[in-house]
Amino acid sequence: MEHKEINLNLKVWRQKNAQDSGHFETYKAENISTEMSFLEMFDVLNEKLINEGQDPIAFDHDCREGICGMCSMHINGRAHGPWEGTTTCQLHMRAFTDGQTVTVEPWRAKAFPVLKDLVVDRSAFDRIQQAGGYVSVNTGNAQDGNALPIDKAMADASFDAAMCIGCGACVAACKNSSAMLFTSAKVSQYALLPQGQAERKTRVLNMVAQMDKEGFGACTNTGACEAECPKQISLSNIARLNREYLNAQMSL
Amino acid sequence: MTWKEYFTSSIGKKFVMALTGISLILFLIVHSTVNGMIFFNDNGETFNFYAHFLSHNWLMRLAELGLFVGLILHIIQGLMLWAQNNAKRPVKYAVNPGNATSAWYSRSMGLLGSLLLIFLVVHLSHFWWGTKVSLYASGHEGHNLYEEMKNAFQIPWVVVVYLLGVIALCWHLIHGFSSAFQTLGINSPKYNPIIKTLGIAYSLIVCLAFAMMPLAFYFGWIS
Ligand code: SF4
Ligand code: FES
Repeated sequence: MEHKEINLNLKVWRQKNAQDSGHFETYKAENISTEMSFLEMFDVLNEKLINEGQDPIAFDHDCREGICGMCSMHINGRAHGPWEGTTTCQLHMRAFTDGQTVTVEPWRAKAFPVLKDLVVDRSAFDRIQQAGGYVSVNTGNAQDGNALPIDKAMADASFDAAMCIGCGACVAACKNSSAMLFTSAKVSQYALLPQGQAERKTRVLNMVAQMDKEGFGACTNTGACEAECPKQISLSNIARLNREYLNAQMSL
Repeated sequence: MTWKEYFTSSIGKKFVMALTGISLILFLIVHSTVNGMIFFNDNGETFNFYAHFLSHNWLMRLAELGLFVGLILHIIQGLMLWAQNNAKRPVKYAVNPGNATSAWYSRSMGLLGSLLLIFLVVHLSHFWWGTKVSLYASGHEGHNLYEEMKNAFQIPWVVVVYLLGVIALCWHLIHGFSSAFQTLGINSPKYNPIIKTLGIAYSLIVCLAFAMMPLAFYFGWIS
């Protein structure tokens, strides 16, 4: 890969706290290596801001390897930027061209209030998870791995759903701010496994109830979530969620 | 869970949209087939025969009633969903992805539906209302729906309104058809291509048939 350095015009959302109404601020990001990640570009910029005695731009990050789901940024109109199946920390600066203007916004959703700058509060996802995204077991020794036979196809589908990292890009990308892709992934990963059967029906009812309570919108099947999900969680999980929900309603 | 909780949940609301939507899809098959009878070019004889048959059959009248209930549910629920979903993002994005992540018509179901609602008011006041009035007031004798169509479609603005209505309908159906299946939980690699193709074929055929009607009368393709 050819090494290059580029300069960018950044338009970044600045907001002091949850009460502030916020505004865009423009910055120049200079001599940015195309091999940097988008977050590293922000590190460089923040370093400069700190040296100048200014308040650095607050943004969420943790693992920086695409698995924690913290790095929520809406970049030029796209959740996690222009690359498909990528988190912001895995987005490299070679995705941009010299002199380009890049607009960076926080996730926008009533259920994800902005705390500061680009940092939003995603604890609504935690509460959905706590409403049913678990399997109750009386702890003891861990079972032998092969004690429970599981169909390979089911195990794979469950694993695909379990790939969800709770990043919130699905909500950010959806015109309805719907959390259906996230919730459907969490419901699916258990519905497909024998361990998930005991609480299968109450799980889906409780998780959907919590999802609605948190103020997420209703799904209209536009598919924007699937297009933006860094883990490429499939819309077929939402269909499964609908089936699980109907089934629980019919029989509980 | 009570039925009320179910139907007021985000998934339940979508179920209402899907079920009523499918009944409207089925209705449009009957509607376009019967109206297609005008193309027999027999001065509306076949068409009037079936129109008369449908409006004088108690089973059909019952189905019509059910259809209206479904239609009204679809409209109210749809408008409510539109408003509620809109309110879920009080601060909008400065930059939007456009069509990069979703199709414009899938994002515009509320708008397309509202256009359809306006069209429907014009449409029903044109044909449905007149038919009902003559049916109940004068026992139908002497009511010629074919003649009414022929007269209405001599007026240019009526033709234009109908064509616009049909275009809105087509885009509404292309998303609505496959969306209804997804909402009902029918999504599998085995069926998805069939549903998608069927949805597009259905939307195009039905809408082309409807679009031909005002055009055929206006340009005198049928006498
Ligand atoms: S479904 Fe995808 S976009 Fe949504 S939270 Fe999970 S990983 Fe993120
Ligand atoms: S920082 Fe962990 S996924 Fe980006």
